Amino acid sequence: MIVADRKPLEQISSMIEGNNKILIVGCGECVSVCMVGGEKEVEILASQLRMAAGKEGKKIEIGEATLERQCDKEYLELLKDRIENYDVVVSMACGAGVQFLAEMYDHKIVLPATNTRFIGVTEGEGVWAERCRACSDCVLAETGGICPVTICAKGLLNGPCGGTNDGKCEVSKEKDCAWTLIYNRLNKLGRLDSIREIFPAKKYNVQTRPGRRIHEAFKEKE
Amino acid sequence: MPKSFKEALESGKFVVTAEVGPPKGTDIEEMLHHIDLLKDKVDGLNVTDNQSSVMRLSSISVSHIIREKGGEPILQMTCRDRNRLALESDLISANILGVDNVLCLTGDYITMGDHVEAMPVFDLDSVLLLKTVRLLESGKDSGGNELKGSARFCAGAIVTPEANPIEPQLLKFEKKIKAGAEFFQTQAIYDLDNFKKFMRYARQFNVKILAGIVLLVSAGMARYMNANVPGIFVPKALIDEMAGTEKGKALEKGIEIAGRMIKTLKDENICDGVHIMAIGKEGKVPDILAAAGLV
Repeated sequence: MIVADRKPLEQISSMIEGNNKILIVGCGECVSVCMVGGEKEVEILASQLRMAAGKEGKKIEIGEATLERQCDKEYLELLKDRIENYDVVVSMACGAGVQFLAEMYDHKIVLPATNTRFIGVTEGEGVWAERCRACSDCVLAETGGICPVTICAKGLLNGPCGGTNDGKCEVSKEKDCAWTLIYNRLNKLGRLDSIREIFPAKKYNVQTRPGRRIHEAFKEKE
Repeated sequence: MPKSFKEALESGKFVVTAEVGPPKGTDIEEMLHHIDLLKDKVDGLNVTDNQSSVMRLSSISVSHIIREKGGEPILQMTCRDRNRLALESDLISANILGVDNVLCLTGDYITMGDHVEAMPVFDLDSVLLLKTVRLLESGKDSGGNELKGSARFCAGAIVTPEANPIEPQLLKFEKKIKAGAEFFQTQAIYDLDNFKKFMRYARQFNVKILAGIVLLVSAGMARYMNANVPGIFVPKALIDEMAGTEKGKALEKGIEIAGRMIKTLKDENICDGVHIMAIGKEGKVPDILAAAGLV
């Protein structure tokens, strides 16, 4: 899933400054799971903004809506009539959702309430961790299912750097050294040979920016 | 004395290299003094590349100065700040400036230094950088294009004999050899028994190993390195020796220890030479050489 953080209240307040009618739109997918932009978080942000406005004696009207997801047009369309009653829209989705919403309603000011962080997993209650850099050229078959592009701070493909110590990363003693993990896992699996050969440099031209993919069955139509 | 660093390596003599750290800024007076002091006393002078991710004068410009002064520069190149296009361009540029020794490194992470908001590059790693050097020598670049005039380098890398765990480190060491490393300068070593163990393993490969010697200036420095610097282990006996030194004599003691270690490495034919890192005390390198009986 995509993991995000909520922006600080002060930053959101300053973005909406001068607008009285604000629609906060949550997303029921990833940001809901990582407790940053679902229905509950929409409620919390709305209360915070109302309280902040109240403190300053300002009158604002805040609407709340949470869509199934913001990365699909069919759900965004549900806002069609309602959105016209507001001056600005604050999206609590990931960066993709914010942009898709802004694209569909390009006559409205759409603002982000989150900072999108990474593609990750739920490690434990309230703890999420990155697992994929979306590099478009997966190496997990060779590296024992542990991604050096993501887990190694330097994204090294040919083994640990000189900064590793006691299985930890030079960047932080809190972080594991990806290459120690990879070595240990492959050793356990009896597959160390898969990292003995020199791994070639990454081909960055396969990472087209912006990425776009068309399903075979739909290529004709396109 | 052999003419080039490569000739020194191949001559079978006990090779000595030292290090020059380019300054942060355009005042190079002190650095020039160190170069003049050291260039004729060692077989090669490493020039660090934005060491510890701190922005400084480039290793290429300082290597060029050393060459112009008749010294033997060893250009350090890290993968932190440049993509493969820039690295290749800098390698052939170094070559036309007479710089033909290169030490290929990954480089410290950006946030370890003084430009923490900058983009970390790491397009290549140290193994792939070595391969790239050999590719440029074959007359091609990594885009598969022909060069008008190929490169020529004596290329090396680093290894950390005290790394923990050691196995992944050795796997990478062997990849560096496969990629074309001719010599290795090691991370600082202090425990000669451990180092001998590493050398028994390393001797199976046709590469030259120069043991890293970092000058101890105090017992506190030794304890600090043990706690904070990956791959450095100063045995208790050495720390006690430093700690037991009378006030104001610690530097002298450090020089004596470094000299003694170098002498042992040479006399017992443990490795092929030493790389002396007198971080911030470059002016003391001649004293270390004297203490080792090398001058």
